[in-house]
Amino acid sequence: MVKRRLIPKLLLKLVQFGSLKRMVLVTTVHYDKAVNVGDPVSQAKIYEAQSADELIFLDIDSSVENREIVIDIIRKVSEEIFMPITIGGGVKDVDDFRLFLSNGADKVAINTYAVKTPDLITQASKKFGAQCVVVGIDYKKMHGGYKVFIDGGKEETEYDPLIWAKECEKLGAGEILLTNIDNDGVGEGMDVDMISMVTKQINIPVIASGGCGLASHFIQGFNAGADAVSAGTFFCFKDQSPIQTRAHIANAGIPIRLHK
Amino acid sequence: MIGIIDYGMGNLLSVKNAVEYLGFEAEIITDSNKLSEYQRLILPGVGAFPECIKNITQKGFVNTLNQEVLEKKKPILGICLGMQVMASIGNEGERVNGLGWFDAEVELMVPNDKKCRIPHVGWSETMCKEHDLFSGIKITPEFYFVHSYHFNCKHEKEVIATFNHGGSFTAAIAKNNIIGYQFHPEKSQEHGLIVLNNFITKSFN
Repeated sequence: MVKRRLIPKLLLKLVQFGSLKRMVLVTTVHYDKAVNVGDPVSQAKIYEAQSADELIFLDIDSSVENREIVIDIIRKVSEEIFMPITIGGGVKDVDDFRLFLSNGADKVAINTYAVKTPDLITQASKKFGAQCVVVGIDYKKMHGGYKVFIDGGKEETEYDPLIWAKECEKLGAGEILLTNIDNDGVGEGMDVDMISMVTKQINIPVIASGGCGLASHFIQGFNAGADAVSAGTFFCFKDQSPIQTRAHIANAGIPIRLHK
Repeated sequence: MIGIIDYGMGNLLSVKNAVEYLGFEAEIITDSNKLSEYQRLILPGVGAFPECIKNITQKGFVNTLNQEVLEKKKPILGICLGMQVMASIGNEGERVNGLGWFDAEVELMVPNDKKCRIPHVGWSETMCKEHDLFSGIKITPEFYFVHSYHFNCKHEKEVIATFNHGGSFTAAIAKNNIIGYQFHPEKSQEHGLIVLNNFITKSFN
């Protein structure tokens, strides 16, 4: 059976240093309060050395006008790093997919435009294969239930995350990146109930994200059924690397690659 | 010089970067008449089987590939879908003919364990038979896979590595100069780079 995956998530944000514009690595809390924590390319290289299983890059500004800068980062990363790379942020059509895939990305994450134009999931899946279509589902607890949010957590939709996940699978998504915004950056544990519900009802892999503050939170996520657990803040602000976390996970009896 | 065949699909840049990282020169080939200029060929592939074989055909690669690979016995490595299209028949969506270099059919994976999801995405332990391609690594390395269809090869001796995902599936094939990896060597960190290097440096005839 395929091993469970540990995936550092690298959030990118454009920062202006005088006249120079640069993409920096940030962490967020509830998708807000971005804190600059370094350089995405060098950090990615460190994660590779620590045997992370994949990397996810998300441009949290979803900036179409800064796409060149994002592309430049992906090109640099793919010159030096030989592991799977997912990129997302402002992807709105099949041409955006092609642009990212031809510049070194293996998978593309879509979120806002998956909701606005669900046909994009089907089109991209037909054209490039389901394996490279990752649908990001961000949700919060609302009105006694759960609601999917788009546009970086700013806009509420009518969808329930479970129903939307099933719909995405039907439309041809290859993976779901499931994030509880309430847990983002807080480090108090994952939303095991939602992870468990979603993974029971769909057959494509689920990457769970949001809430890892301890190595045991990754174990919670895997035990709830997640195929992969992704974390950003955890690897930036805790005294933890993928090597240590992986050892904790393996000790809990979960099949995962070990650092060689 | 390694030629990487570009028929309009897939992440060619990563393959090229990996070959160059290993210290070899590589070029992307878009003109089918230029295949003869390269010592070894790589056929990458991402996407769906019918679209892939359609593009290879439309760009005029079928005849020149057959010439280089079957007649001149030039080493070629198919990666992922690039390996799958070497089969006689593909069944992804519709039933279409492949390049026909292996007596094989590409079929949807149906794991006998519900916990094994499709697509098969991630690192799987791979059981490698003794072969030059696997020299320098342990016999059960982990490689990175991402696919929903598998290579059902009629001749067992052509299958040189397998993985388990609710059943045993083909991870690598070899028939003299024709080689295929279902996993992505260019995405499999250290082990991937070793088996890519082996393809580039070993002789296979």
